Amino acid sequence: MLGIALGLLAFWLALPPLASRTILWPIAIGVIAAAAGIWAVTRGEKRMGWGAIASAALGIGGGLLATRSSIENLDAVVVWSSLLAAALRFATPLTFAAIGGMFSERSGVVNIGLEGMMLMGAFFGIWGAVETGSWVLGLVAAMAAGGGLALVHAFFAIHLRADQIVGGTAVNFLALGITGYHYIDVFGEQGTPSEVPEIPDVRLSFLEDVYFLGPIFGQMNLMIWLSLLLLVVSYVVMFRTPIGLRIRSVGEHPRAADTVGISVYRIRYAAVVVSGMLAALGGAYLSIGFVSSFTENMTAGRGFIALAALIFGNWRPFGAFGAALLFGFSSALAQRLPEYSESGALLFQALPYVLTLIAVAGVIGRSVPPAAIGRPYKKQ
Amino acid sequence: MAERLALYQRAGGIVTPLLTAVLAFFIGGLVVLATTGKNPLRTYEAIFDGTGLNWLFPWISQEDRTLAALNLQQTLILTVPLILTGLAVAFAFRCGLFNIGGQGQYTVGAVIGVWVGGSFTDLPALPHVVLAVVAGSLAGAAFAGIAGLLKATVGAHEVITTIMLNWIALWVGSFLFTLGGPLQDPNQPGVPVSPDVAEGAKLPVFWGDPVLQGLHVGFFIALTALVAFWIVLNRTTVGYEVRAVGYNPEAARYGGINVARNYFLAMAISGAFAGLAGAIDVLGWQFRVSETDVQVSTIGFIGIAVALLGRNTAIGVGLAALLFGSLLNGSSTRNLDPEIFKPELAGNLTLIIQGLVVLFVGADVLILYLWQLRRKLRLRVARAAA
Repeated sequence: MLGIALGLLAFWLALPPLASRTILWPIAIGVIAAAAGIWAVTRGEKRMGWGAIASAALGIGGGLLATRSSIENLDAVVVWSSLLAAALRFATPLTFAAIGGMFSERSGVVNIGLEGMMLMGAFFGIWGAVETGSWVLGLVAAMAAGGGLALVHAFFAIHLRADQIVGGTAVNFLALGITGYHYIDVFGEQGTPSEVPEIPDVRLSFLEDVYFLGPIFGQMNLMIWLSLLLLVVSYVVMFRTPIGLRIRSVGEHPRAADTVGISVYRIRYAAVVVSGMLAALGGAYLSIGFVSSFTENMTAGRGFIALAALIFGNWRPFGAFGAALLFGFSSALAQRLPEYSESGALLFQALPYVLTLIAVAGVIGRSVPPAAIGRPYKKQ
Repeated sequence: MAERLALYQRAGGIVTPLLTAVLAFFIGGLVVLATTGKNPLRTYEAIFDGTGLNWLFPWISQEDRTLAALNLQQTLILTVPLILTGLAVAFAFRCGLFNIGGQGQYTVGAVIGVWVGGSFTDLPALPHVVLAVVAGSLAGAAFAGIAGLLKATVGAHEVITTIMLNWIALWVGSFLFTLGGPLQDPNQPGVPVSPDVAEGAKLPVFWGDPVLQGLHVGFFIALTALVAFWIVLNRTTVGYEVRAVGYNPEAARYGGINVARNYFLAMAISGAFAGLAGAIDVLGWQFRVSETDVQVSTIGFIGIAVALLGRNTAIGVGLAALLFGSLLNGSSTRNLDPEIFKPELAGNLTLIIQGLVVLFVGADVLILYLWQLRRKLRLRVARAAA
């Protein structure tokens, strides 16, 4: 409801009579409307939610068109599609990490360490790619490093029954130290080399000239396609296969799962390690897919945005992807806003966190985590 | 939560934190040895000398003593905010809450501290500095209070809300001081930094040269905070209720304690400590806040390690803060001889050690297990001897 109203408001603001000259307002309100929409969809209010998303898109689109009306119409479309392409690029690392987090958290292990696992992936991805000269092996190295760190987290959380939040915090510190240490040890003052084997783009020549879609999907990084594939696969695995049922049962009621012969420990170990590997892929996309270099602490909180996306999307793959896309869109906007307002762009970066805060506060129905999340299980 | 606290009680005493720290340093030493082939003991010795703690040794020469005094002042300057952010995490912990938001609360305290310290310039010095410190502390309390309120009213998990609040503080703080931001210094339009705080709002320096960053009286504020922490927790009704909720919220509720109110109160008090840390840092030695300061500061995060290693007690937090303050200063670029060990590496080594400390402290079971193993071994040896 609120979403639809806000979306319409955004559209109305941009319409000629009012013609708000700053693009900021329709976009800000539109993004909030879209957030409300995704929120509603993941809560079961499907029709209402999609309505809100649609009206939000309409609002933002209208806003963009109206404020750009002095420029040619074609220009606006170019801006619009490149903005969406940028949003997808920003959303990809978040999607990997959020879906990784979903595996871990659905099995009952809180994963605050996503940030650290991404960072491991970012560094060891580029390290592997430089050492071997192949981006494939870089990805393998990233997954091994992320999985290894996740294994540490899993061991402390599952076998030693340590507090999972403390463990996750520790893992983040460790990743920061390990990657920073090796970065200086291996690459020294010059930083990563300028020629790095990169993950290639996928060119779809038949799409390239298609109106609007071409600039977005015609030439997209392989990892973006992989993230979309992962989205579908993870949904199927989690909700349509016995494995997914086991993961979820271990996260909801481990004792019951144990009683029917599911190994709680094994499932949790596997889920946490998978989450580390996926988060690391997200990190590797940053270093060898997106910017082709590594800097200390380069993930800069993306693991936490992924966590926010996961919570915002109610621990569901499509919900998490929707949230990641929304947060990616706001990052893409934040990157462009300096044209309009230098400082306002920074304020925009806080948006994902504010939205998630509102979401967990439960203005429109709360996020409900898996029942046994954060509780160590002790076999009897 | 209650289980977690019970475990901490059981593990008891000073053994666990000591073993934890030793184990972490040992592994850190292995890392040094394995990656650079340098002698880890020499590295640690160099870091130790950089902390200035050798000032306490009676046998060092007069020349060394002068240098050590300078280093020790820096170490203590870093220890002050760590004590306070450590107390922030510890206080919430005693109520069964995990306040990861120390960083955000620290930032908010620093922002308000620099703003109050830079405005109201017609105030006399003493009221001005008191006002700035108190305002920073209250701002931290209010910021953490958001998480406390959400926990108390709708049950939103404080870990998630405080993480979100951290990033909100980071980006809003960056916005305030960036070029064209509302709190950016109008006299330096090209630099993303706040104006300096007024002379009168600076905390007086009592040891060392005020120009060369001597130790400011914030040191005593932090020590007072340690005492206040102990008194509030152990000698007041508020503290009793907070601890009761921490041990077992259900039992506390049954005993007539308003659990929701205590959640809010504990978070607010916790945030007041962290906000105080931010204000003191700004008024004591930084005197201004830049956009980068807001983005790279980790004082609040280290507070988590401080509280955990200090087992959430006043004395423990004080000692752990000194340890981490020493590590930070001893491994800084200025203090560590690059011949012995690259300071950039040492800074990251510090991070690894911090991570290991948090990891091991969180797993008392491991430490208890090792401890018991040792006793068993000793018994076996004794038996074999007999």
